[in-house]
Parts: sequence; C-alpha cells; structure tokens
Amino acid sequence: MSDVHSLWMAAAGGGTASIPAPQIEYGQLSPMLIVFGAAVLGILAEAFLPRRLRWGTQVTLALAGLAAAFVAVLVLANDGYGTTKSGLIAMGSVALDGPALFLQGVILLAGVLAVLLYAERRLDPRVDGVPLDAFTAQGAAAPGGEQEKQAAKAGFASTEVYPLTLFAIGGMLLFPAANDLLTMFVALEVFSLPLYLLCALARRRRLLSQEAAVKYFLLGSFASAFFLFGSALLYGYAGSFRLPDIHDVIAGTAPATPALASSTQNDVLLLVGLAMVAVGLFFKVGAVPFHSWTPDVYQGAPTPVTGFMAAATKVAAFGALLRLFYVAFPGLRWDWRPVMWAVAILTMVVGAILAVTQQDVKRLLAYSSIAHAGFILTGVIASNRQGVGAVLFYLLAYTFVTLGAFAVVTLVRDSKGEATHLSSWAGLGRRSPLLAAVFALFLLSFAGIPLTAGFTGKFAVFQAAAAGGATPLVIIGVLSSAVAAFFYIRVIVLMFFSDPQPNGPAVAIPSAFTSTAISLGVIATVGLGVLPQYFLDLASKAAMFSGH
Amino acid sequence: MNPVNYLYLAALLFTIGAAGVLVRRNAIVLFMCVELMLNASNLALVTFSRLHGNLDGQILAFFTMVVAAAEVVVGLAIIVSIFRTRHSASVDDSNLMKL
Repeated sequence: MSDVHSLWMAAAGGGTASIPAPQIEYGQLSPMLIVFGAAVLGILAEAFLPRRLRWGTQVTLALAGLAAAFVAVLVLANDGYGTTKSGLIAMGSVALDGPALFLQGVILLAGVLAVLLYAERRLDPRVDGVPLDAFTAQGAAAPGGEQEKQAAKAGFASTEVYPLTLFAIGGMLLFPAANDLLTMFVALEVFSLPLYLLCALARRRRLLSQEAAVKYFLLGSFASAFFLFGSALLYGYAGSFRLPDIHDVIAGTAPATPALASSTQNDVLLLVGLAMVAVGLFFKVGAVPFHSWTPDVYQGAPTPVTGFMAAATKVAAFGALLRLFYVAFPGLRWDWRPVMWAVAILTMVVGAILAVTQQDVKRLLAYSSIAHAGFILTGVIASNRQGVGAVLFYLLAYTFVTLGAFAVVTLVRDSKGEATHLSSWAGLGRRSPLLAAVFALFLLSFAGIPLTAGFTGKFAVFQAAAAGGATPLVIIGVLSSAVAAFFYIRVIVLMFFSDPQPNGPAVAIPSAFTSTAISLGVIATVGLGVLPQYFLDLASKAAMFSGH
Repeated sequence: MNPVNYLYLAALLFTIGAAGVLVRRNAIVLFMCVELMLNASNLALVTFSRLHGNLDGQILAFFTMVVAAAEVVVGLAIIVSIFRTRHSASVDDSNLMKL
C-alpha cells in the first residue's frame, strides 16, 4: 500500500517536470518505419488522388516501400547487426538481432511477392474497358446488390488493399522483433486487423469471402484476448513485461522486491500465463488444436491474400514463438517441452491426415500449411541454436514455395473465376504442361523430395530436433511426411495421368506481375534445394537471440 | 480491501467472456464477449500494477483500450457487411464452407 502511494507521489511531484525523453534509434528501426511510412502515404494517396491514378501509385508505392525496407535490412545486416553485434533498441522494447533481421528480410520478400500477385489485372477479361483484379469493386456494397453493380460499372477498384497490406507487413516486421509482451501484443493486432479486412474483399464468391473474414475475425480476436490475459498473468508473476526480465525472475536472479517475493511463490500465475500466451501464438501459426479457422479462411479469402497470409503470418508468428520460448522461458524448458511435443505431434498428424480427404486445392494447401506448422514446431522444440537456424531456413524456403503455389492457383480459371475443385484440375498437365510442371515442383517441395527447398528445410529441422533429444518426434515427423507425400503425389498424378474434363478450366495468361512472382518462387525452390549452403550458413549465423 | 479479490473478479469476467464466445450464436454478442475478455485483462493488469508498485500494467491497459477500439471498427465493419447480405448476424448461418 505505502510503496504504491510513494510511487504515485514521486510521479506526481518530482516526475512531471523532468520525464526523460525516450531514446529512439530511428536508423535501426528503419525497416519498420519505411513500411509504415509507405502505408501512411498510401492512405493519403487513397484520399486525395483521382481514381484513375490510384492503382499505379499504390503499386509503385508498395513495391518501392518494401524494396527500400529490404535494403535497410541488408544495410543493418551488413553493419554486423545480427551476427557480430546485436542489441535492444527503442528503450529495450525491440530487439535487433539475427533472428529478427533474418525474418524481417523473409517477411519483406513475401510482401513483395504478394504485392506482385495483388497487382495482377489480366486474368479476368476487361469489362467496359476496365481491368479487373482479384478484389471487389467496393467492399461496402452488398454482394449481388444494385450498389455493387454500379460500383463495378463505374470502374471502382479496392486499391486500399495495398496500404492495408503494408500495415500488416509493418506489424509482422515488429512481431518477431518484439522484446516485451506489450510490443508483441500491439504488433499482433497491427498485423491481424488489416488481414481480417483483406479476407473480406474477394471479387468472386463474395459470400464465402465475407464468411471467411467473420470467422477469422471472431476466432482471431478470441485468441488475442487469451494472449492478453496471459500477458497480464505473466506480468503478475514477474512484475515486468520484458522477456529478459521474465527470464531473470524465473532464474531467481532478479533484484528482490516485496511484491516479487509473494508472486514468485505462485507458479500458477507463471504456468497459466505461459499457456495462455502460447495459445495466442499457436492460433496464429495454425497449430492443432487451434487450427480450425485455417481451411475456411484460406478457402474464402482472395487467393493472393491467402498466399500472403499463409507465408508471412506464419513467419512472423514463429519468430515471436521462438523469441518467447528462447529468451523468456528457457528456464522452464522441462515444463513446456512435453506440451509442445503433444501440440507438434497433433499438428503434423492431423494436418497430414485431413489433407488426404480434401477436394479443394486451397483447402488442401491449408491443411498442408498446418502439417508444415507441425514440422517447424519440431525445430522449435529442439531448444538448441541449431534448431533456431533450422527454423529460420525452413521459414525462408516455405515462404517462396507457398506463395508460388497460391500464385499458380490464381491462374487456373473457368467462367466463374478460379477453379479450385480438384476434379477440374484433372489433365491440366496435358493442356498446359509448363504450369502443371511448376505446380508439381512446388508440391514436391512441400512433400520434401530431395533437390527442392522443402527437403533441405525438413532435413535441417529434423536433424536439429534429433540433436535436441526429440528423436521420437522426428520419427513421427518422417511418417507424417510420408502421409503428406501421398496426397501431393495424388494431385500430380491427377494433373498428368488423367484425362482432362471436356469443359474444364483454362489457364489464364498472366501479366509480368504474376509471372515474376512464380519465377521467383521456382528459382528459390530449386536454388534452396540444390545449393542451400549459403543460406543455411546465413540462417545458422543469425540464430542468436540477444538477451539483455 | 485485499486487491487480490480484484484478480478473482478479473478471472471470473474472463471466464464468462470465454464461455460466452463458445456458447452464444450471435456475432455481435460473441464480439461483446471478446470485449469482456479484454476488459477482464485490463482489470487484472491494473491490479497487478498496484501489487507490484510499478506502472507498466496500467500502460498496457491503455494500449488495450486503443486496440479494442480499433478492433470494434474492423469487427463491426465485417459483421455489418455480412448482415447486409444475409439479414442475420447468427454465426450458425455462416456455413457455406464445410469439410
């Protein structure tokens, strides 16, 4: 009682005149600041530019912002942040270390590929001379209503998707770098809220799209409420939100205060808090049993958004998960590892088995992403430096393969838009061998066939998990990879060895945007599979978290 | 009054909110239950802030309020747009996608 009173008095009496200004290292925060700056400029462009200029401005602005931020990441990495020096910036709330920089680079690359897919306007035939993209003419208009028809006729376009995506990317850049639970929570919301909106903006099948958005929104905010209450309990235990401080309190090396003396007696606060924070993060990575939103949202969202979400959200959320478990809770390893084992096993097995029964390409890729979350979790469980490096590499490989696969899905179309039902993909290899071969390459990489990026990634995480004493997990991982390989191969067989349907889908000829995205995906998939050594070294050099 | 009682109240409110999300069927009510969970977290944060004698928890409580406001903007936009289409806010009606 009295100490709170004195704190209050100190803040009111002496503090007001001389609150020291916080030290903000703008240069070292520049990747995030550039992306947020580009997003704000995008909002201004949306408000003030005439409609015909918006699309070009937004695409240029988004690509330029992401490229500039990527250059900023490279400059910071070149300065030795992440390898030789690392540290905490913005008063200790943001960490600038290897995993943060590496994942920021991966997220920015995913963002570039996603913006290229957003900008594709040649897949649908022009209506009244207006080129159509994947997004609805006007998000507020009811599907099928008069307002929607008028908006389409007037040639409206949802160019606000570009600034929304930039805000989401900004939050994702902050999420794996957040060094306290407050920053982590804010970053979580900053990247989630734009994604909820983006899901609702599909041009075709708008009812599905809106349904996906409402499901994602309700379940996502439910999960972030768990994250927040867990943060409150951890704060109650440790008296601080900062991850290194929580580590110190658990290790018993923090300076003792009367409040800590009683709260650290109470392991319930610590364990329940950790569990609830982990639930929030497991939801974002799509781990079983918190995966139920994944197939519906992936199916309903516009395909470029699905690709972006599948890749970048997973990268950001695994970055935060790694930081949480490796910086704040290494001392509790023997408490969290059994639970993580159970989650990883369930995720791998359920993801692989349910994928076998899917009849829709987007849902199939959704379950495959769940299975991949399980494989990445085995690398997290390894709890050694090798595991961190393996997870970083896996996320890099997974990003390109996923975005490439969803880019291919946008191209296979019939009169109603994308033809995502598997039966309509039959015989695709006879009609357009190149596209089918590219998709087969991505599927083989998902399956982890040697000489693809997916194999290198899987090998790295399983090796790390075995070295970290999780051999049974590796065996289950390999077995579920085999199950997963079955349904990837099934799609390949369907594409190449069955007869095409008489009025099946056609493959749209994409513009340079989608072609570039797919080509980058192919180059990365083959490159990371054939010559992975440079990037493996980079990932293992970056695999060091900065503590204090 | 012992401040620990406020923690019990916060846990109770959080549980009511979580149970509400799981059993109710109207999207608006679900959303209100999520807000109740956020407010329960705020109460816990402020109480812990007092117990520990530092202001960190109160600061996060402010951030939570801002985040909750942003969430209302996004959430109501999505729920209203789906209501305009279907003339219903029941989440049971949103069942176009099944396994």
